[in-house]
Amino acid sequence: MAHTADNIYYVPHTAKWPLIGSVGLTLLLGGFAAYLNGAAVGANLMWAGLAVMVVMLFGWFGTVVGESESGTYQSWEDKSFRIGMAWFIFSEVMFFAAFFGALFYARSLSVPWLLGEGSGATTHQFLWSAYTEFWPTNGPEDWGDSDFHMGWWPLPFINTVILLTSGLTVTWAHHGIKDGKRGPFILGLFLTVALGFLFVFLQAVEYKEAYHEGLKLTSGIYGSTFFMLTGFHGLHVTLGAIMLTVMLFRAIRGHFTPERHFAFEAAAWYWHFVDVVWLGLFLFVYIL
Amino acid sequence: MNAYTGTADEHLDHDHGDHHGPAPGYLRWVTTTNHKDIGTLYLWFSLLMFFIGGAMALIIRAELFQPGLQIVDPHFFNQMTTMHALVMIFGVVMPAFVGLANWMLPMMVGAPDMALPRMNNWSFWILPFAFALMLATLFMEGGGPAAGWTLYPPLSLQGGDSLPFVIFSIHMLGASSIMGAINIIATIMNLRAPGMTYMKMPLFVWTWFITAYLLIAVMPVLAGAVTMLLTDAFFGTSFFNAAGGGDPVMFQHIFWFFGHPEVYILILPAFGLVSEIIPTFSRKPLFGYTSMVYATSSIAFLSFIVWAHHMFTVGMPLVGELFFMFTTMLIAVPTGVKVFNWVSTMWRGAMTFETPMLFALGFVVMFTIGGFSGLMLAMTPIDFQYHDTYFVVAHFHYVLVPGAVFGIIAGVYYWLPKWTGHHYNETLGKWHFWLSTVFVNLLFFPMHFVGLAGMPRRIPDYAVQFADFNAIATLGAFGFGFAQILLLVAVVQSILGGAKATGQVWDGTEITGGLEWTLSSPPPYHSFSPQPVVK
Amino acid sequence: MNPQPSVQSPAAARPAGARSPLRAVPASAGAALWSFLLATPARADWGLNLPRGVSEISREVYDMHMMVLYICIVIGIVVFGAMFISILKHRKSLGVKPATFSHSMTAEVIWTVIPFLILVAMAIPAAKALIKMEDASGHELTVKVTGHQWKWEYEYPGEGIRFFSNLGEASREARALNSGVDPFSVDNYLLEVDNPLVLPVGRKVRFLLTSSDVLHAWWVPDFAVKKDAIPGFIREMWTVIDAPGTYRGQCAELCGKDHGFMPIVVEAVAEDEFAAWVTAEQAAAAAEAGSADREWAFDELMERGQAVYNTACLACHQADGQGIPGVFPALDAGALTLAEHLQTVLNGKPGTAMQAFGAQLSDVDIAAVVTFERNAIGNDTGEALQPMEVKAAR
Ligand code: HEA
Ligand code: HEA
Ligand code: HEC
Ligand code: CUA
Ligand SMILES: [Cu+2]
Repeated sequence: MAHTADNIYYVPHTAKWPLIGSVGLTLLLGGFAAYLNGAAVGANLMWAGLAVMVVMLFGWFGTVVGESESGTYQSWEDKSFRIGMAWFIFSEVMFFAAFFGALFYARSLSVPWLLGEGSGATTHQFLWSAYTEFWPTNGPEDWGDSDFHMGWWPLPFINTVILLTSGLTVTWAHHGIKDGKRGPFILGLFLTVALGFLFVFLQAVEYKEAYHEGLKLTSGIYGSTFFMLTGFHGLHVTLGAIMLTVMLFRAIRGHFTPERHFAFEAAAWYWHFVDVVWLGLFLFVYIL
Repeated sequence: MNAYTGTADEHLDHDHGDHHGPAPGYLRWVTTTNHKDIGTLYLWFSLLMFFIGGAMALIIRAELFQPGLQIVDPHFFNQMTTMHALVMIFGVVMPAFVGLANWMLPMMVGAPDMALPRMNNWSFWILPFAFALMLATLFMEGGGPAAGWTLYPPLSLQGGDSLPFVIFSIHMLGASSIMGAINIIATIMNLRAPGMTYMKMPLFVWTWFITAYLLIAVMPVLAGAVTMLLTDAFFGTSFFNAAGGGDPVMFQHIFWFFGHPEVYILILPAFGLVSEIIPTFSRKPLFGYTSMVYATSSIAFLSFIVWAHHMFTVGMPLVGELFFMFTTMLIAVPTGVKVFNWVSTMWRGAMTFETPMLFALGFVVMFTIGGFSGLMLAMTPIDFQYHDTYFVVAHFHYVLVPGAVFGIIAGVYYWLPKWTGHHYNETLGKWHFWLSTVFVNLLFFPMHFVGLAGMPRRIPDYAVQFADFNAIATLGAFGFGFAQILLLVAVVQSILGGAKATGQVWDGTEITGGLEWTLSSPPPYHSFSPQPVVK
Repeated sequence: MNPQPSVQSPAAARPAGARSPLRAVPASAGAALWSFLLATPARADWGLNLPRGVSEISREVYDMHMMVLYICIVIGIVVFGAMFISILKHRKSLGVKPATFSHSMTAEVIWTVIPFLILVAMAIPAAKALIKMEDASGHELTVKVTGHQWKWEYEYPGEGIRFFSNLGEASREARALNSGVDPFSVDNYLLEVDNPLVLPVGRKVRFLLTSSDVLHAWWVPDFAVKKDAIPGFIREMWTVIDAPGTYRGQCAELCGKDHGFMPIVVEAVAEDEFAAWVTAEQAAAAAEAGSADREWAFDELMERGQAVYNTACLACHQADGQGIPGVFPALDAGALTLAEHLQTVLNGKPGTAMQAFGAQLSDVDIAAVVTFERNAIGNDTGEALQPMEVKAAR
């Protein structure tokens, strides 16, 4: 370990935001649950919870940004943040893994069984003898009554290009700050954010088209996996883009130094993660 | 193992604003970022939940005392079974381990605190709120979740109003666990004292290090699984519905991909605790430190490829059944290494039998019994007979109660004098151990017999030939439950007073202990700032 | 080992009405233990262990179970023995000086390799048995088994027979919360059904298992057959029964409120008896089908309706028709027209526990139960439904 005793690890004295965050989270999720159950107060609780969460996030990150700018954190603390962010991203990867697992399971096991392959012979013979549709499928009962398949051309392909480009621009921005060049840093960030939101916009266009063609969340297993995976990914793109937007504003206000800019790096890591997940999606959801 | 040589530079002890005490009043507990305070919160929360989850178990046992329905209706019984398990796993054992980690890890590796103190506070404070959401469902019309803690669809989708609350509660619990795990990893990787290499870390630190990775890897998968339940129930997806091309069994695969590593999350830290305690009271270094580390890692690795042994009866293709049978059986090898190492540590030691040691010895014997029944379950053709009977219930309670819970209790007694500065009442502790051990066997051993004789689990009423063993189990349950009040008494007494404990606390810690024993008892509010140096 | 298969199910082992000695002194742990210890040898029929069962597979499984058990016991004796020697001899109070060794490569290799070899020795017979169990080819009779909340449906596709198997009436009455009936006074409490599954001995029977609602599991310990019933999928399993007799089992996968109350009873009979049973069933089914074409009197419908209600609806909607708030609705005929009522019963409510009874009940049964529900359990509409109207509405 490189540090010596003159490097005292910073331990904040108190923290009020976590408790507020817990209250907000409870209101948000409890309200959503009540809303799903058809309770009238549900939606109100939910919005209140969301408001509390937003305040909490601003407050908490505000504190941390303040501390960071006043030089409270040295390389020792910085390393903890890096470890934390890295493993947080890993946990997100595993979250996606659950949904990818569902896709693989359905495509290579449950749908073939329903069609009579392998151990599914009697299943097909006695229960679903009329079912013949390989992937994409909305199931033996023809859920949602739509066979529409979202191809990889043109929108998804364009979106792939957009995300890959944004990966380059964010790296460009990173080089900018490392070389102490604010211009490229801010411009790179700006382009990344713009591309991020463009991606989300095009995704929305794609969804609109899908719904127009009858492909919905309720269109059997294809619709379920399609919207779950792309939707969850879209949510992450949105989050990543918001993170980068915050970084953009901080950059404009003169935050970050060539040596220390971990917040930006964390957002960039997240962005690359979102990028890589998209490549998986593009391959497994659209092409194959 | 770790020779402590004093701080790196004693006079560099300058004030960085770090030598403040706790905040005054109740605010101390709400806003604290101190690892000891947060550890204390976790441990008290866990004890409270133990009594709640235990009370549910007693309702289950009271209904099962005799055949016929006397106390609760079947629907409520199922709610109790479900909630009992969720509370015990997510509210008792996991928080207790995190509490012990919070208290001890920084002290054992020579850190000033946990690496991410604010997030540490949040990890804890999510818990009570998450459980408030979950337990509140018991008071809703239609009651709480009643599909078992495994939440298998389609039954769980019939859960009515409770379903979304339980799902979101699980999301919150997952977030809490992931944050806690990240904190532990960051602390271990970044805050070890200079000179404390990985292979010098105490085993409790090692087992928690590995457990934390398991948590980060599988809690999100559980979150994904319950998210799909939510969309199937409320947004018309068909992940778990064959009519739309899905499969109810798909849920089970995803659930157990979480669930099996989860059971090792519930036991690995206990392995660590026992590996601290046995050397101390044998006055002999731990046998096979290196192989302990490798065995723990192997168990963790294997835990990812055995999940479907919980679903042998769903009718997987033959190759799947064979694969999961073989991998599951393999886990007996590294686990055996651990057991043999513990026994070899005792061999030719100079043992004494204070309460922590008693619980640790009880752990070794009864966990192994639970492990043996696990091995029997691992054999697919015989599991067809055992599956979903009380034989399984007996198996997992042996590894969980005289396993995980005894491990936790052993750890609490072991470090209690360190925390409070007072020795607990040894006589009381011994009573606690012996009553617990006698009753826990009375409670769970007969379950093997009724299970083999054909009693399914998750039933509120049973055929009359199972009556006698059920009656015995119920008597054991009440005895075991009430014996736990002694734990509460011992802890409270030790907080209030008692014989003063030295920094070393036990004489065996000289040979074997970690850095925590170099601090006074009770330790200063801030553990190591600046850090010690380990040679 | 005793080659003679136990033809008696465990439930029958204790004569009906025999009281457990424990019940006389339920509150006393000491007495309970005492009577248990004293009684054990004499009461081997209690069932402490798996049954050996009545099929080749079940005996193989039993032997494997005993083998693993003995292996575990031996390992346990070695491990715990070493531990207790330490506890007794290597204690500080005896003045021993602790040794200082902390590793031994030899020992560690030995206790890694030996358990591994033991495991291999256990895995080989297990794999062989498993391969056999998963091979249903060459079957000589097929039975389709469908799990419902909370009853089993048996169908012999080749013979054109189909019926439901519900918890027996005596058990059903005794199992109500605080029913006042002593379970010990009920024959085969919770292990009796109205219509058992009848199977011939000596034939390879293939079961096709599925479910209409949630997961169930069909399990008869004497055959060592257990598999989950999964809605939308069919699982196969098989058995050859060696000896005639009555074999009992239970649903073995949590399926909701009455999971504990959907037993399985198999009557295994000789080939000729089976043939006679098939003929009789076919004749009864034909007679039943004919009765749907005639006009039914109100009282006749009410009486039949009561019986159908008790077996098919009572579990959820309760004896008084009030249901369980928040889970199962009360049956308030005022809230539904007769036509709506009929449609609900025929088609169920998708996505809820309310099943499509059109697929389960005959026209007569549906007409009867709807008539019953609209004129009993708190309702009094005076409306009646004829089987012919049900047929038309299908
Ligand atoms: C702390 C928790 C914990 C632990 C440690 C274990 C450990 C093991 N478990 Fe257990 N298990 C559970 C908790 C746990 N389990 C729970 C909660 C369930 C039920 C979930 C539910 O359905 O609700 C369950 C269910 C369960 C099943 C499913 C049963 C069924 O539903 O049909 C199986 C099947 O393979 C199984 C196997 C094992 C095995 C092989 C081990 C092994 O790790 C054990 C290894 C240990 C030993 C073998 C003893 C020591 C070894 C030696 C002394 C060496 C020499 C020994 C030999 C060579 C024999 N477990
Ligand atoms: C760590 C986990 C853990 C722990 C510690 C326990 C502890 C206990 N469990 Fe556990 N149990 C599970 C995990 C655990 N269980 C799981 C995962 C399941 C499966 C659920 C499912 O099928 O979905 C299960 C299922 C289960 C069943 C089967 C239910 C069924 O299939 O229907 C039973 C039945 O006896 C049971 C009993 C007990 C008892 C008596 C204890 C005792 O050890 C508890 C003792 C503690 C106390 C009793 C508290 C202290 C008591 C007092 C202070 C007394 C005074 C207080 C009051 C009376 C208010 N449990
Ligand atoms: C496994 C449980 C179960 C069984 C058995 C069952 N029902 Fe139901 N029933 C339900 C549930 C749940 C509902 C509510 C469905 C909903 O949410 O709309 C329901 C609703 C109904 C309704 C509509 C009530 C209303 O006011 O909308 C009728 C009528 C009904 N059931 C009749 C029957 C009859 C007749 C039988 C037996 C032949 C029967 N049920 C058996 C669970 C059951
Ligand atoms: Cu059907 Cu349990
Ligand atoms: Cu497991």
